[in-house]
Amino acid sequence: MKENHLVEMRGICKYFPGVKALQNVDFTLRPGEVHALMGENGAGKSTLIKVLTGVYEKDGGDIYLQGHDGAVSIKSPQDAQDVGIATVYQEITLCPNLTVAENMYIGRGHSKVANWKQMYTDADKILQNLGIPVSAKQQLGSCSIAMQQMVAIARAVDMDCKVLILDEPTSSLDESEVEKLFGMMRQLKDRGVGIIFVTHFLDQVYEICDRITVMRDGQLVGEYEIEKMPRVDLVAAMLGKQMDDMADIKGDYETYAGADADQMVYEATGLKSNAAVYPFDFHIKKGEVTGFTGLLGSGRSECVRAIFGADHVTGGSVKKSGKDVKISKPLDAMKQGIAYLPEDRKGDGIIGSLSVRENIILAAQVLRGFLKPFSKAETYKIADEYIKLLDIKTASADTPIASLSGGNQQKVILARWLFTHPDYLILDEPTRGIDIGTKVDIQKLVLKLASQGMSVTFISSELDEMIRTCSRLVVMRDRHVVGELTGSDLNQNKIMSTIAGGEAK
Amino acid sequence: MTIEKTKDDNILKRLLHSQMIIPLAALLALVVFNLIADPSFFAITINQDSTGNSVLAGQLISILNNGSELAILAIGMTLVTAATGGQDISVGATIAVAGSAMLAVLCGGNMRPDTLAAPIIVAFLFGVVVAMVCGAFNGVMVAVFKVQPMVATLILYTAGRSIAAWINNNALPIIPADSGFGVFGGFIPGVPIPTPVFIAIACFVVIFLVLKFTSLGLYVQSVGINEKAARLNGLNPTFIKWLTFVILGVCVAVAALIKVSRISTINYQTIAADIEMDAILAVALGGNALSGGKFNMGSSILGAYVIQFLTTTLYKFNVASAALPAYKAVVVIILVVLSASIVRAKLSAIWKKIRSPKQAEVEAVK
Repeated sequence: MKENHLVEMRGICKYFPGVKALQNVDFTLRPGEVHALMGENGAGKSTLIKVLTGVYEKDGGDIYLQGHDGAVSIKSPQDAQDVGIATVYQEITLCPNLTVAENMYIGRGHSKVANWKQMYTDADKILQNLGIPVSAKQQLGSCSIAMQQMVAIARAVDMDCKVLILDEPTSSLDESEVEKLFGMMRQLKDRGVGIIFVTHFLDQVYEICDRITVMRDGQLVGEYEIEKMPRVDLVAAMLGKQMDDMADIKGDYETYAGADADQMVYEATGLKSNAAVYPFDFHIKKGEVTGFTGLLGSGRSECVRAIFGADHVTGGSVKKSGKDVKISKPLDAMKQGIAYLPEDRKGDGIIGSLSVRENIILAAQVLRGFLKPFSKAETYKIADEYIKLLDIKTASADTPIASLSGGNQQKVILARWLFTHPDYLILDEPTRGIDIGTKVDIQKLVLKLASQGMSVTFISSELDEMIRTCSRLVVMRDRHVVGELTGSDLNQNKIMSTIAGGEAK
Repeated sequence: MTIEKTKDDNILKRLLHSQMIIPLAALLALVVFNLIADPSFFAITINQDSTGNSVLAGQLISILNNGSELAILAIGMTLVTAATGGQDISVGATIAVAGSAMLAVLCGGNMRPDTLAAPIIVAFLFGVVVAMVCGAFNGVMVAVFKVQPMVATLILYTAGRSIAAWINNNALPIIPADSGFGVFGGFIPGVPIPTPVFIAIACFVVIFLVLKFTSLGLYVQSVGINEKAARLNGLNPTFIKWLTFVILGVCVAVAALIKVSRISTINYQTIAADIEMDAILAVALGGNALSGGKFNMGSSILGAYVIQFLTTTLYKFNVASAALPAYKAVVVIILVVLSASIVRAKLSAIWKKIRSPKQAEVEAVK
């Protein structure tokens, strides 16, 4: 272990049944640096953090800490705390109904009698030192989220932590709150604390971090000095550049050429919702395939959720097929012929213990009305038709959807929405976590539907998938729409430089 | 293997995997116990009632008769459980409220009327409205204010019986015997089967028609299983949860009619006492998850009669009514343990082990 390293992780491996979550990952942290840990979903960032903090036990590799001879063994969060590793999670894990001071000292008391007066004085002193404008006697729940996060950090600092891990602390903060948090991070940095900063926001990385470690698919991509790492290269490292060897399928399908090909199917101006995205404009024509792209957390899902009324729509005007309409809840959108396959298949998509058959007819049944249920015979006919059409692998139409594989669940949800016969279909990450064959099936289906005149919005974390299917891409960064690419601009380099922004080439 | 045999296999398998197996097994256990202990339990005789009618009598008839209110409540409780993953513990108290309201209308302010002050149907409909308002109140607390169902319904559980007493100024109105109101809890002249049985059957028919000719079942289950996904499919989870409480309110009113009719008066403190626990137990005994989601209505109804069967059996063996809950508790413990997923997984593993040698034989024969 090198002298100037605070933490050194060497060859860390972690396996879950059927998944290699971490493969031979190295990571180092120096005292007094802010080190960004970056990567898309499933890259292994949180697994690595959880190994370091003792939540998971590693299956291979060693962890060295400054001041400890040889490899240290961290088997529980308590062990991690004892060696000076503190973590502040995205969701506050403190107790909102206790006071700030109680939260700072909870679970650490060594004496049997609590000296309340002393505790409040001490807490106030620490808060003052760190410049946190809250009183120790205040109830934690009455502070803003940012303040709660800072209290969590103050707690960690008071425990003499040498390593502070911040897991996406800024995702629910506004700009001024982020500034305050950064001020505090700089202060800690000057004291020699090493900070691991997990975030999806590029601008924040370039503002506060010294070094970056990028991970992808459970492997280390590289460790970089921030000055020597242009944004474009960082985005490329995160997304991975290699094209997989799937054929170009775009040419297989003709673009829709009906007389109404230029008709605007959906048009939104200044649309905004209560989710974290700034107002945006968007439109789609008949038979067009558009995509929203950007890193995770850039607001691409929030955009389509606003279109469908899945989040609370707070402003903007919408035109559907030329007519002014108001879409404030999912049913409004469904009545306008819009269908939405959500990003979170498990949480937002499937009705787990209901059958494949019931899952397929659900949306159409809601549209048809409470008093006009499909007969059982009809539902079997419909289910069998779509099981055949989309090649859904299920034991029967009565099998609970939860017992199907991810790809087949996704096909069932797709069948559900196709059966509502929409003219505008939104697919948010339809290919995530499913096998490669099904991925190609879904991409081909998108192109086929578009060639028949359906408008489709397609979102995927995998750039080449987007390039293969979309004819127009809306690019997002940090919750803003920052560009729109069509035609010859639809290539990896151009997309990545637009995502990265700042120093577009 | 012939096709017919597979079919046979399927029916057996389906029954074994069906939820119905739980209440059926419990029912079978009770029947066997009574057959061994005293076969006269199953005797049905024809008696003369006080008005000279020939009516059926016996323990089985009394189970069917006295189980009616419980079975009717089980309908609404099943829906509330499925949609909200919680239970309504105020049904006993709201039966008192609805019953008291019906009596108030029937007596018209006079506690000892010689004739009814209003037609029975008007009194009943008023009771339905009152019970629906109670249900709607619970529904708003749960669906809109997101209060845990048990906590939300604790309000009416506590206050209901006082409200019931307040409706009639804490007096006990008595309906004249010759008014015909006693029919709903007794017998229709010339018919040997107790009227509550017919009312219960009518309720079952209505709910099965509703489940068949509307999407209520699909909506309730979708909301109960995955509220977020249900919303994204255009459903309004808040409304659906609220609706189940209102439907339970209607069930409460029907049960209240039978209860009040049985004695032609009301006792605010004891009417339908603890019936909410039996109704919840019926849902659980029917194999429905108390955490909500999928439900089987028939199974819940069967569960209600099994509980009544148990109660009647205990009475038959002279268990004091004060000791009844203790015996029921034993049943509940067995039930809850048996339906816990850990135990089920273990049991099915054991079952497979027992079966696997046989299956190996079958394979060998092939």
